[in-house]
Amino acid sequence: MKELFPAKQVMGFVASLVLTLIALLVVFTDMSYTAGMTILLVTAFIQATLQLVVFMHAGETEDGWAIYSNILFGIVIVVLSVLGTLLILLWDM
Amino acid sequence: MEFFERFAIPHPSPAIYASMVAIALVTIGIIAGLTYFKKWGYLWREWLTTVDHKKIGIMYLISALLMLFRGGVDAIMMRAQLSVPDAELLDAQHYNEIFTTHGVVMIIFMAMPFIFAFMNLLVPLQIGARDVAFPRLNALSFWLFFAGAMLFNISFVIGGSPDAGWTSYFPLAGNDFSQHVGTNYYMIAIQISGIGSLMTGINMCTTILKMRAPGMTLMKMPMFTWSAFIANLIIVFAFPVLTVALLMGTTDRLFATNFFTSDNGGMDMLWANFFWIWGHPEVYILILPAFGLYSEIIPTFSRRNLYGYKPMVWSMVLISFLSFLVWTHHFFTMGQGALTNSIFSITTMAIAVPTGVKIFNWLFTMYKGKIRFTVPMLYSVAFIPLFTVGGVTGVMLAMSAADYQYHNTMFLVAHFHNTIIPGVVFAMLAGLTYYWPKFFGFMLNEKIGKWAFWSLTIGFVLAFFPMYITGLDGQARRMYTYSEATGFGPLNMVSFIGAAIMAIGFVLILWNVFYSFKNSSREIGSDPWDARSLEWATHTPIPEYNFARLPHVNSSEAFWDAKMNGHQLFRGEYEEIHMPSSSGVPFIMGMIFFVAGFSFVFSLWIPAVIALLGIFFCMALRSFEKDDGYHISVEEIKETERKLGGAK
Ligand code: HEM
Ligand SMILES: [Cu+2]
Repeated sequence: MKELFPAKQVMGFVASLVLTLIALLVVFTDMSYTAGMTILLVTAFIQATLQLVVFMHAGETEDGWAIYSNILFGIVIVVLSVLGTLLILLWDM
Repeated sequence: MEFFERFAIPHPSPAIYASMVAIALVTIGIIAGLTYFKKWGYLWREWLTTVDHKKIGIMYLISALLMLFRGGVDAIMMRAQLSVPDAELLDAQHYNEIFTTHGVVMIIFMAMPFIFAFMNLLVPLQIGARDVAFPRLNALSFWLFFAGAMLFNISFVIGGSPDAGWTSYFPLAGNDFSQHVGTNYYMIAIQISGIGSLMTGINMCTTILKMRAPGMTLMKMPMFTWSAFIANLIIVFAFPVLTVALLMGTTDRLFATNFFTSDNGGMDMLWANFFWIWGHPEVYILILPAFGLYSEIIPTFSRRNLYGYKPMVWSMVLISFLSFLVWTHHFFTMGQGALTNSIFSITTMAIAVPTGVKIFNWLFTMYKGKIRFTVPMLYSVAFIPLFTVGGVTGVMLAMSAADYQYHNTMFLVAHFHNTIIPGVVFAMLAGLTYYWPKFFGFMLNEKIGKWAFWSLTIGFVLAFFPMYITGLDGQARRMYTYSEATGFGPLNMVSFIGAAIMAIGFVLILWNVFYSFKNSSREIGSDPWDARSLEWATHTPIPEYNFARLPHVNSSEAFWDAKMNGHQLFRGEYEEIHMPSSSGVPFIMGMIFFVAGFSFVFSLWIPAVIALLGIFFCMALRSFEKDDGYHISVEEIKETERKLGGAK
């Protein structure tokens, strides 16, 4: 019976609902820009990881390394592109 | 009547009216021909609904050749206009439209489908698979590309062509300066085919990671497959940037948002930034599969294995990473500080290092080899020195301080044609000649092929090397004319002659296809070049299931090992083969995308909404569809194998 009940997925579903609610708080309550942004960023990252691991089954196969190294590659590129853009258009303009 | 006025061309000319008539006649001709020869059913069953990677590859190939022709006509018109000072063949507006469509057609609708053609044709065969991971998605990719290409190509007869350059920089591309619908075509047609490319990227990465034959570890993959893998990885990371940038550009133009406007808080330079975050990786998406093809051809015709397999792989991995770190070199003059420019100068020069590693590896492969100068090998041999010149001028451009002199001159135009023509185009033509017998069952004539090769090489040198000189002397790119006093006249005439010789070369290639179709022998066996990798291990013509039994692989040149060292490729009994079934949905979705795109271009909201609903309907249909493909029985396999001459 234990295998049949998708406990992990149900928990994941509840967790993603909770994360969405927390993110919504930013809109409905009156908080500072920095606080709001921090909450949004943190919940967004947890949410993305959750979706990836729980619902898209990242890392469950033996070549999980391919998925994780791709994600790492993606993150590095995104961070460098964003930093580069800020450098070009704001910091060094 | 008022409704139809929007479809009028803002800046007509007799040539455009003539093209309208020609397009109408060709369309009627095709429809009449298909009806007369009763080929509609054949077309639908065998091509429009196919999910077979080989047939999709061939459709990409045909589209790429058609687009090469279209872009080539643009090129000849531009060179003719510039061949003498103060020429009046084209006016400024037409010239703008032509260089814009030339650039877009050649990069997005010629080079991209060309590399997708080879990826589709070769990757499953090289890794010993029966198809790609998601065959139906693959068909959808093709039809999205096709819809985008057709949408872009009707722009010049309905509503007017885009005229803001293939880079379409804002604010020029914004509504204030580009009022007619041309730039809408740009935004939406590239969007549609770009989504197709993104899907191919995902599809190919999955195929290569998941569907390799038993024994084929990553480091035993043939080099073309490696290059395709890296190129698709870059696609997956670079194309989303283009998708978002185009979407922002579209909403700026259609819904008056202010992402790229110069006032109201918009940031016009952000477009250039986004464009090149995609744009520089894009040039490596094009060149890496070309490198892959050279890496297949050079060992075959040198009768030696590829020198330095591991450095070849690592240099590509490094290129894929570095290609994301250099984009600013396309706008050194935009006004950012010296610190930024220096950083990007250095990263740009760094990318020349792994590229150089590859050049040396090809040279070492040929060193002491028994070289056969066939047509594919001629292209590969010419590629090495010519591409090196392109790379060296690239490093010149990479010096940001000096780039203030070269930027947006003919020197830049010479640089990138010098990398793209000997790099990408020659590779495609070499690959075309090399793989032609595998897919069409006869060889292309060597003699005509050599004539074509020499016309293209000589024409190329004559057409583009003079631009280095006029560029350094200050001839700007994208100027529709110049005065006699500049002294640019004679060298531009040389360029025009070179372009004309290249045109002859392309015509010779078409003639070669026609001639060889009529005259070449069909008795060529399955391995006419004495080649080395797995794609040659199956029959010609290739059965729909590719391999009756999946090959067992022990090295990156498993087929060569099987021929020379008695390696047993195919073992065991035949088993039933599971194949994906054809589907008309991808084609229909492509057509709906076309309608949606067209409606968006002209802001026709009702058809646009209906078409978008149609797209979602097709997607929903797919989710609920139960289609498990079909099976080919062992008897049928045995029968096919026997007919093709011996079991494999
Ligand atoms: C050694 C490698 C290379 C280096 C260092 C290099 C460097 C550069 C630089 C600095 C520019 C911008 C110059 C300017 O706008 O003033 C440029 C433009 C360009 N390069 Fe390269 N490049 C290299 C290889 C390639 C390859 C392999 C391709 C294509 C297959 C390519 C295609 C282009 C294109 C299309 C442009 C111009 C785009 C435009 O403004 O319309 N380059 N390159
Ligand atoms: Cu670049």
